[in-house]
Amino acid sequence: MSKSSHGIGGLTFDDKKKARAPEWNVFFALVLIVAIFEGLGAILMGQSLLFDTADRFDSIFNEARLKIIILQVSIIGIIALGATQVIILGGIDLSPGSIVGATAMIAMSFAQVAEINGMANPKLMFAGVSDLPVIVPIFIGILCGVVAGAINGALIAYTKIPPFIATLGMMVFARGVAKWWSKGQPISFPTDSYAALGKGMTPVFIFIALAILFHLILKYTVYGKHTYAIGSNEQASRMSGIKVERHKVLVYTIAGVLAALAAIVLSSKNLTAQAGMGIMYELDAIAMTVIGGVSLAGGRGSILGTVLGALIFGVIISGFTFLRLDAYYQEMVKGVIIVGAVVLDQYRQKRNAARM
Amino acid sequence: MLDYSNSEIVLETRDLTKHYGGVHALEGANFKIHKGEHVAIMGDNGAGKSTFVRQITAVEQRTRGDIILNGEPTHFDGPIKAREAGIETVFQNLALADDLDVPSNLFLGREKVKFKLGPFSILDNKAMREATMAGLVKTGVKIPNILNSIQNMSGGQRQCVAIARTAAFHSKLTIMDEPTAALGVQETAQVENIIRTLKEQDEPLILISHNMRQVFDLMDRIVVFRRGRICANLRVDETDPQDVVAYITGAKTGAEFPEAQ
Repeated sequence: MSKSSHGIGGLTFDDKKKARAPEWNVFFALVLIVAIFEGLGAILMGQSLLFDTADRFDSIFNEARLKIIILQVSIIGIIALGATQVIILGGIDLSPGSIVGATAMIAMSFAQVAEINGMANPKLMFAGVSDLPVIVPIFIGILCGVVAGAINGALIAYTKIPPFIATLGMMVFARGVAKWWSKGQPISFPTDSYAALGKGMTPVFIFIALAILFHLILKYTVYGKHTYAIGSNEQASRMSGIKVERHKVLVYTIAGVLAALAAIVLSSKNLTAQAGMGIMYELDAIAMTVIGGVSLAGGRGSILGTVLGALIFGVIISGFTFLRLDAYYQEMVKGVIIVGAVVLDQYRQKRNAARM
Repeated sequence: MLDYSNSEIVLETRDLTKHYGGVHALEGANFKIHKGEHVAIMGDNGAGKSTFVRQITAVEQRTRGDIILNGEPTHFDGPIKAREAGIETVFQNLALADDLDVPSNLFLGREKVKFKLGPFSILDNKAMREATMAGLVKTGVKIPNILNSIQNMSGGQRQCVAIARTAAFHSKLTIMDEPTAALGVQETAQVENIIRTLKEQDEPLILISHNMRQVFDLMDRIVVFRRGRICANLRVDETDPQDVVAYITGAKTGAEFPEAQ
């Protein structure tokens, strides 16, 4: 029992008693990590990571590096938006990386041009299916995401198998689809309008737009409220009349659609689709989510946290490159950070439980 | 003690019966509760108390019998329908989502919306906050900030949130299943105060409790279940704890319930 002196009757709603938003902790972590890299940069390289020291640009920031940091996390960041919702729901999704592979192959085969510099496209998947309006591959790609995500959700909701197993199955299955689609051949040469989807900074804008959209949806709609409720206490949600099964299918479907959108942007950016695309993306996405303060136990976290988590991820990758450290170290440190974030979350939960 | 026998009947059951295969968990229960009346249901474990409540709240479907709410026979196909009709239940294991704030818990599964759009309907957070405040005022619960998640609140505060649900929704009948079983002394007092507040507001209540003192302090009438049957229907001011225990253990049986063993 708490040492509360709350009497009966009388009401106080004290705004000072409002708990600090957990996103602040993630933000402080981001600032701390930037500061560490700035310090190491000053000592080891004599340069700054994010700030412009050479006076090459008009701004105080090193804009080129900032752009790279955001660009390299934006595509996996789109997947992480879905991972965030699935994890808040109390589930886990291992399939987005493979959904990216399968969707990229299928969508790209409807986005090809017939001729390149007057020569027939040597990679054309279907004879006669070429130069379609850009909406066709986008629609087909999203449809792939809907199907894969809905299968995930239906398996989890109605057969009650653990999300880990259901999405592991989809991970293997979708990768198989990606290889089978063109018998392992890459699919290339998209139309200009398809190629525009991933050109330059477009992936960043798509990521930001989707992040804002899902931030609003999670915060201000019934869908968001139910996602948190089910992740927090599934039994109570069911007793309160929430259609838990239907909601799970919806959340996993949305995660599938976000993976498909990532696939479209990625294949457009690379101007080609290969069966091996997106391998390990799901783990990076989960890492961004966990670093962003989303609890693997469900019920807690936010899109804003995940976006900050993605930025931490980007700063670390960029920082290692900046310090000219081998890529091997990056992966090792990533691993440590993921485990560290989960340990921190466990600690926070224990502390909360002890306070009661 | 007031006599409620002339006031309007809120809920009545006639010959309410539930069989689980060959097990007769509830047999021919005839029960009435009037407006403003607080009735305790007592009995040993397995006596049929919870089965009785599960039929009223439509968590289970009855084998036979009628449930009449405000004069209308009812056939709810699930607990949600029963709740929509105004039967609110505070469960023993608090049905609360720990990570959500107070208004979200109060309105779990029946959120107020500003703009209907299927699952993506826009929440009316302001209206829910205000209704929460009103509900808490009604129960007299003091909570530091209703917009904090409830996981850091004490057991008593959480139980109060669960009970405040009923107050916030102007329910016709509140059912509490051992609401203080897991609470400390101070928190039990808090919950009992809420029950008194509901009494002052003329809200009918069915309380399942093993706590004799609580029942005699707060309730108007005691209905005792034994072996699936109602074996006694006693006004609190006409009985005493020894008498009730005698009925619970079967040492005594009611003359007005000749079918009871």
